[in-house]
This record gives sequence, C-alpha cells and structure tokens, in this order.
Amino acid sequence: MDFQAVVFYILSAILIFAGFRVVTAKNPVHAALYLVLAFFTASGHWLLLQAEFLAIALVLVYVGAVTVLFLFVVMMLDINVEKLRAGFWSHFPQAAIVALIMMAEIILVLSSPEAGLSKLQPAADAMAKISNVKVLGGQLYTTYLLPFEAAAVILLVAMVAAIGITQRQRKDSKAVDPGVQVRVRRDDRVRIVKMEAVKPEVATASESNNEQQA
Amino acid sequence: MLTLTHFLVLAGILFAISVLGIFLNRKNLIVLLMAIELMLLAVNYNFIAFSHYLSDSAGQIFVFFILTVAAAESAIGLAILVVLFRNLNSINVEDLGSLKG
Repeated sequence: MDFQAVVFYILSAILIFAGFRVVTAKNPVHAALYLVLAFFTASGHWLLLQAEFLAIALVLVYVGAVTVLFLFVVMMLDINVEKLRAGFWSHFPQAAIVALIMMAEIILVLSSPEAGLSKLQPAADAMAKISNVKVLGGQLYTTYLLPFEAAAVILLVAMVAAIGITQRQRKDSKAVDPGVQVRVRRDDRVRIVKMEAVKPEVATASESNNEQQA
Repeated sequence: MLTLTHFLVLAGILFAISVLGIFLNRKNLIVLLMAIELMLLAVNYNFIAFSHYLSDSAGQIFVFFILTVAAAESAIGLAILVVLFRNLNSINVEDLGSLKG
C-alpha cells in the first residue's frame, strides 16, 4: 500500500465519521462544526485527485462562507432542540435500510467488471506539468465564458434576494413613504373653522393691564 | 494503488449518509439544509474523480459551477429560514401548514 492509499483511507474514515455526525448530532452548532470537518477532509481528497484549485475554493467558499453562515443562523435562532428530536431514533431502522440499499446498489453497479472503472489510469505526467489553475482559467474564460457570467449573475441575484427577504421596516423609523406623501389631499391637513369675530372682554383686558403695572 | 472505484464508492457512501440524514431530521430544517450540502459534496466527488481519471478538465469546471449554485442556494435557504423563524417562532417542518387548503 503506497502513501497515497494510506492518506486516502485515513481521510475517508474521517469524512464518513464527520458526515455521520453531521446528520446525528444533537446540537445544530456541533452539526455545523462537523460539516466544516467534512468539507476540509473532502478538500484533502480533492488534492489527492490533483484538483488543487477546487480544493482551495472548497475551503474558501464552504468552510469560509457557507458553514459560517450556517453557524450564524444556528446561533441567531433560539431553537428548541428537544422538541425537534422527539422520535428521532424511531425512524432510524427504516432510514438505515433505505440508505444501505442505496449504498449497496451504487457499489454493485460500480464494481461490475464490465464497467472497467478500475482499469482507467490517470495521464500522470502530461497533466502534472501544467498548472491546474491555468487550465481551469483558460477554459472558464474561453469555452465556458457565458456560463461563467451567468454564474456571476446568479450570485448577484442570490445576494439581492437574501437581503431583500430578510430586510424589514424598523418600528422607530422616521422615513416617510413618498407615495403616501403625494396622495395627501388638502382636506386631510387643513380644517377651516367658521366662527364669529369676538370682542375681548373689558374685565380681562384691565386685569392684564394691572399685572403689567405690578 | 488508488483506482476510480475507490473514490466513487466513497462518494456513494457519503450520499447514502446524507439520505439517512434527511430521513432522520425530517423536522429540523437547518440540518436538512446541511444534509443537502453533503449530498452536493458527494456528487462533486464523482465529477472530480472522473475528471482526474479521464484527464478531462470539463468535470472540474462543472464542479466550479455547482459550488456557485450551491452557495447561492444555501444563502437563500438560510434567509428564508430566518424569516420563517421570525414569523412562526419555530423551524419545525410540522408547523408549516399555512398553505394547506
């Protein structure tokens, strides 16, 4: 067994353990932290497969952004975990059977000798001499330019949508809605009161004169 | 010697674990989103493994776009989750029956 295989098996064990803990952890914060471990281990595997750019992008995007977003949300919400986990393990036998059947099916198909998947060998030296980032960059900016720009637009739309969904009006805001302001009619603001002209009484006038003299 | 089958079987196991997670955490929306992220990771494994063993970089380009879409998806999903919690004070899937006729 060569060094690569040893690394592969160690990382695989960590990845499967972390994945299992993500779905079974009692505390959602722990689940998010195990998700970080799973993504980090996956990035190690991708380095073994010589996808260096994507391995680093996985750490930056997933560990640095997505799981931190998960952690923020988990800590911001005050979740009653006990209520959500009522009857958690009662579904386990059923779920385990479905998962095991799926896994067995995938492994059966993959290990079929006709597929010949084990015979494929990577073109070791030809790929190793070219920088992975250079290859991906060249492809992205030529062949896949339109999808690349569409991806940029998707990210922008997602950002605007996420902000737009969560934004709400503050209760103590002093901002005025221009539409309401324009729709105001004269009758809403001005009230004309008809009343007779009244002469001030003499007594009150003399009293005020006395106060001024005093 | 590592072969393509090693990586594909690993991806299959990871995918099965996330299916298990979706079954187990049917009430907890936030762990459901995490299980979906794990599923996408398992799918990305297949792309990268095939890309390496067939010496074709198109697979890695696809993973790049899947990463973009997955990041956007989780951002919007979490935003909806926050609004949901603000309105219902719960993220239990069973409380989400307001569209029921």
